[in-house]
Amino acid sequence: MPSSDYDPACLPDLLPLYYRRLFPFSQYYRWLNYGGVQKNYFQNREFSFTLKDDIYVRYQSFSTQNELEKEMQKMNPYKIDIGAVYSHRPNQHNTLKSGSFQALEKELVFDIDMTDYDDVRSCCSAAEICSKCWTLMTIAIKILDRALRDDFGFQHLLWVYSGRRGVHCWVCDEAARKLSAAARSAVAEYLSLVKGGEETVKKVVLTDPIHPFIRESLTVVEKYFPQYALEDQDILGSKESMDKVLSLVPMDILSHCAA
Amino acid sequence: MQFGGRKSKVLINPKADLYRQPLQFYGEPPLENISLSEFETLAVERLKLLKTVENLGVSCVKLSEQYSKKLDSELKALNFPYGSDSDDIDKRRKDHISHFILRLAYCQTEDLRRWFIQQEIDLFRYRFKNLDPKKNLEWLHKNNLNYEAISKKDKMDLQLQLVNSSYGISGSKVEDQEFYKVPFQDALDLVRTRKVYLKAGYAYVPHQDIVTIVLNDFRTRLSKALALTARSLPAVHSDERLQPLLNHLSHAYVGQDYSTQKNVGKISLEQIDPLSGKSFPLCMRQLHQSLREHHHLRHGGRMQYGLFLKGIGLSLEQALQFWRLEFMRGKVDADKFDKAYAYGIRHMFGKEGKRADYTPYSCMKVILSNPPSQGDYHGCPFRHSDPELLKQKLQSYKVSPSGISQIMDLVKGMHYQLACQKYFELTHNVEEANFSLSHPNQYFVESQKVLGEGKDIKREKEASQRSQEQSAARGSAAAVNSSQHLAEMTENLDSFFDDA
Repeated sequence: MPSSDYDPACLPDLLPLYYRRLFPFSQYYRWLNYGGVQKNYFQNREFSFTLKDDIYVRYQSFSTQNELEKEMQKMNPYKIDIGAVYSHRPNQHNTLKSGSFQALEKELVFDIDMTDYDDVRSCCSAAEICSKCWTLMTIAIKILDRALRDDFGFQHLLWVYSGRRGVHCWVCDEAARKLSAAARSAVAEYLSLVKGGEETVKKVVLTDPIHPFIRESLTVVEKYFPQYALEDQDILGSKESMDKVLSLVPMDILSHCAA
Repeated sequence: MQFGGRKSKVLINPKADLYRQPLQFYGEPPLENISLSEFETLAVERLKLLKTVENLGVSCVKLSEQYSKKLDSELKALNFPYGSDSDDIDKRRKDHISHFILRLAYCQTEDLRRWFIQQEIDLFRYRFKNLDPKKNLEWLHKNNLNYEAISKKDKMDLQLQLVNSSYGISGSKVEDQEFYKVPFQDALDLVRTRKVYLKAGYAYVPHQDIVTIVLNDFRTRLSKALALTARSLPAVHSDERLQPLLNHLSHAYVGQDYSTQKNVGKISLEQIDPLSGKSFPLCMRQLHQSLREHHHLRHGGRMQYGLFLKGIGLSLEQALQFWRLEFMRGKVDADKFDKAYAYGIRHMFGKEGKRADYTPYSCMKVILSNPPSQGDYHGCPFRHSDPELLKQKLQSYKVSPSGISQIMDLVKGMHYQLACQKYFELTHNVEEANFSLSHPNQYFVESQKVLGEGKDIKREKEASQRSQEQSAARGSAAAVNSSQHLAEMTENLDSFFDDA
């Protein structure tokens, strides 16, 4: 919906309705219960709620789907975060002697935020999104989805709209939930190509030979590039934009063209 | 580990199966009794081995022919397992036990742990590469690294991808090498840097890289083990027989201690200034300079430098004269010197207190203990000086830019003694030092040797030489006969020390 129609002030009226009529409690529970295979998997899961006026409450946990429903309908959270599965029920963590309450497992989650692409979209900025720049999200999802399935062998991926300006990917395979911190960062690094902040002009440098991951990702990008960049974003339409593009072309190619 | 007083002669070793393998991960500690003397011997020998590994690691290309030859001969000399040396149970037992003893000594600080892990990894890498290639897969499986080699057909199908993902792999190399299917969680370093082909959660690792994976695994295990060992140290230290041994090991210096009295009185005070420029290692040169500049040194500096001077031959009387003269040029008068500093100097020479004749500090001791703070000039410049300042200092001592960069590389790699050795080579104009530097006094002795040889060939202008007319005359005559040459050289060196 156009951003002018949304007014956060209606939330206190709309949220109760949402949680009573629309929220998919049974699917939510069925997912997080993981078939009841591991004992207390759902019961030891942490939830955090962000309530009205930015009140943030952690270490919420529930014994049954019903309990979850009742609590959410009572609190009407503005935002819900799904945390890790712990060694004990999170809502009892204060009763335990220090050190024994440990996070055990968590899904591998990717968060793609539109603002990370601000330097390659001119139609919107910050929290705004439109159908023109949403293509970037499509490209990102296709690249990530392929890599997570084909390269890493993950099968149970849940892609969801984050609610504001991006998407989340929840990788729910058992192997993913058991990954160490080092492994998670290694996966993230494998998938990263863009390096550099404000001070860097050319944030992606490719050299031969091109790794299969990059090769496959390029194939996706090439499909969408003409429509997205040349037409919708019109990157060659202004001098400023054109200069930006030229600054990314490798030196040896530029001099070759000039000659 | 249990320690008894008796030496166990018969090996009723439940780990006999472990000793059938040429290489192990040191997962299980040894469970036998050994005597204290064997405990110490094994540890010291492994330490010598690891020091050789360190030296070779910097002076030769790792795993080159030269490296392998030298390491092999050291392994032989110290009685450690080497080569595909089959079934030498005794040697393997020694390897096993000595590794665990050194863990106790080297788990205590970050620096010690890092050094120990680095050398053990290099040693492991060397031995792994020497494993019979046919037995490689078997060894991997026995040690719970369940990696399967992929079939020829799969290799052909994936050839393009394999070539494009692994570093330095061409089409022909794909054909020649084995590729192993490894769960990606076990190959994180390769995954993180995108240096391997990934498919369905498996990394396709070429044989040349399998070493990396095994080594990373080894590093992780050893690192965790050292952390655990550190936690049980208090229990170990409560055994009084062990604590001194272990401390000695971690500051271990396994060579001469330069405390012998034979060259006492062979140096004159006037010689110290020129000698400091020519034959002192950088740490002592720095201390001497600072002493001359500020007419003072703090306690750490006085100990390090004072003991060094004792080692090169200063007598107690000379030392007292030396320090007193210099301090009096500063803010200290004769009375204050006698009250506050003379006692300390006499103490150094074993004439006070418990009359212990303190030995000059080895490089290890200088590098590892008592780091300098504000106002101090002691320590090891390669370890303790800010790199920029170190560079400037080397420049002011006229070391060539390429030499400086070689030294700084060694410093960056934390090979401080090798950096000092390189400094020796550059300032003495020799290709190779021919000794393994581990003691400042050793530096001095070796330097004098090199300079002494040069004297017969080209007369070096040392201020002290002018007072030795005789030796100069002898020197020129010796140039004639080469067999006399050697005898003369030694005589000259001696007469150099004969002083007024």
